[in-house]
Amino acid sequence: MNAHAVGGMPEITYNFAYLDEQTKRMIRRAILKAIAVPGYQVPFAAREMPMPYGWGTGGVQVTAAVLGPDDVLKVIDQGADDTTNAVAIRGFFEKTARVATTTSAREATVIQTRHRIPETPLSENQILIYQVPIPEPLRFLEPRETETRQLHALAEYGLMHVKLYEDIARHGHIATTYAYPVEVAGRYVMDPSPIPKFDNPKLDNCPALQLFGAGREKRIYAIPPYTKVRSLDFEDHPFKVQRFAKPCALCAATGVYLDEVILDDKGGRMFVCSDTDYCNGRQEAGHRGEMAAPVGEGA
Amino acid sequence: MYVAAKGGEKAIRNAHALLAKRRRGNRNLPSISLAQIAQQLTLAVDRVMAEGSLYDVELAALAVKQARGDLIEAIFLIRAFRTTLPRFGYAQALDTAEMLVRRRVSATYKDLPGGQLLGPTFDYTHRLLDTSLGVADQANEVDDQAGESKTADDAAAPVSMPRVTDLLGQEGLIEGAPADDGSEPFDITRAPVSYPVDRSTRLQTLARGDEGYLLALGYSTQRGYGRSHPFVGEIRFGDVEVIFDAPELGFEVSLGTVQVTECQSVNQFKGTATTAPQFTRGYGLVFGQCERKALSMALVERALRWEELGEERGAPAQDEEFVLSHCDNVQATGFVEHLKLPHYVDFQAELDLVRRMRAEHEESRRAADMKEAAE
Repeated sequence: MNAHAVGGMPEITYNFAYLDEQTKRMIRRAILKAIAVPGYQVPFAAREMPMPYGWGTGGVQVTAAVLGPDDVLKVIDQGADDTTNAVAIRGFFEKTARVATTTSAREATVIQTRHRIPETPLSENQILIYQVPIPEPLRFLEPRETETRQLHALAEYGLMHVKLYEDIARHGHIATTYAYPVEVAGRYVMDPSPIPKFDNPKLDNCPALQLFGAGREKRIYAIPPYTKVRSLDFEDHPFKVQRFAKPCALCAATGVYLDEVILDDKGGRMFVCSDTDYCNGRQEAGHRGEMAAPVGEGA
Repeated sequence: MYVAAKGGEKAIRNAHALLAKRRRGNRNLPSISLAQIAQQLTLAVDRVMAEGSLYDVELAALAVKQARGDLIEAIFLIRAFRTTLPRFGYAQALDTAEMLVRRRVSATYKDLPGGQLLGPTFDYTHRLLDTSLGVADQANEVDDQAGESKTADDAAAPVSMPRVTDLLGQEGLIEGAPADDGSEPFDITRAPVSYPVDRSTRLQTLARGDEGYLLALGYSTQRGYGRSHPFVGEIRFGDVEVIFDAPELGFEVSLGTVQVTECQSVNQFKGTATTAPQFTRGYGLVFGQCERKALSMALVERALRWEELGEERGAPAQDEEFVLSHCDNVQATGFVEHLKLPHYVDFQAELDLVRRMRAEHEESRRAADMKEAAE
């Protein structure tokens, strides 16, 4: 990427996918370690990126480290390809790596995501990269890194079970609806990033490699392909996902995650797929929800 | 029929075009030059260099201009550039005793070798708005020779200016400066920090830490939250030479000079059975003239040393993991401001749960009412 030359200042140039090769090597080593120890948070020397911390710098660094010139990149935020931050990150890699981009979950070889797992099942030749704000699942129970590190080392997850139990005692439900903790490969308890717990079952036995990058907190972790991922629960309170009462108002899909859209100030609302690519695909295949444009009049 | 909101790409392009326009302001006015920013907003440029951890006046001035005067945004621009620069190696430790001093005051001695040198300071100014500065461009608004040394004696003053802590050290009254064991310091920009940390990590983190945050924490130690009885042994500002050992050349090379502010605080300490009573130190070093920051840094640094000095802990400023993991304003602003990003997937999940729990609550209330009515 070439930045504009400023006045008499020399032009500033950057490497393929922005990061220098030494940095990418450091990140790849952390990724390899993360794959070798599923669910374990590997510290890495996250760099300052040209977008703010908390806006996907971890995911961007992981993507930059795994991206090759032949890759096809998809970026989603809240399941959608056209949300502003997804657009900005996709634009960043178009500019710095000149890779092909797509909105199709099937065509993409690398998918960077914030808060969702695509509805379209992933395959072995894909990598799903999550942006992670707080990688430590125990953080809100114990703020100190020095303490949580020990708890993980000892596999001492009693705190988390007590928290879930107290939810049930107080509310009648486990009150965690997103960033719902999982146990990976029977060992580490892991934060799956703030995906709705609706998406948790997709983490399990997934054919694609799943990588998690937390830039500000300087951690990388991974779920290798076909790894057992279990959402924490109790025998008498088994893990359950959200169910929506109605199908998508645009593509009539059921069993997918829906966004609520407020239509007016009189209580009018509709529910539509959060995964825009999936929804568009279904509409192109002729599926019509109750509020969709009739065939031929597409938006 | 419903059409989902689209066009993020175009909206972003337009927002950025609008930003550029607002940054430029009224086109009938001349654009500010980087030289003007560097010369006339020096302390803003200094802060950007200090917290951006990059000593480059021109780039810092550019960042201030590009950020429309938002200094944290400017610091962010500098950091994002700095991280792409290759590392050639480590310079020798700066020798601040050899500083070409432009300002130096000690609060512990009335007079001392080298004397007190006020230099360019806001201290003792009356904070009255000076409306004469509102008049555009008066070439002779200040006398070019104003305040400069006039006699040969004055000019010679900076030659020898030993540090106050060195003077105290000769008598053994203050703990020794930690010796340089020659090992490479930890580099917080190249390796992840793991708590507890060593002193080099702590000082690096504080040196790029947010001025306001350190000011508040330093202030808290003065108000009883981790009191450490500080004196400003000395605060000095001036030019220091940066020396680099180039192994392939086999000799030292001077890379030039940087301006830094150094603050050494002198704090109380009770002796133990085995050590005679000695003063202890807190240390602050910042690029440019950033005295408030250097002083605050020294206070916080000293507060963080409670464990090695056998003091009681309990104050926020003494909590290493808390202080250090929250002092970076680029990290803090990013994470706080990310709340502006869409969260509607998660919010939907919460909505669903709250609605469900409200329905259950309503149901159990109605059941209780019916039972009551039946009784």
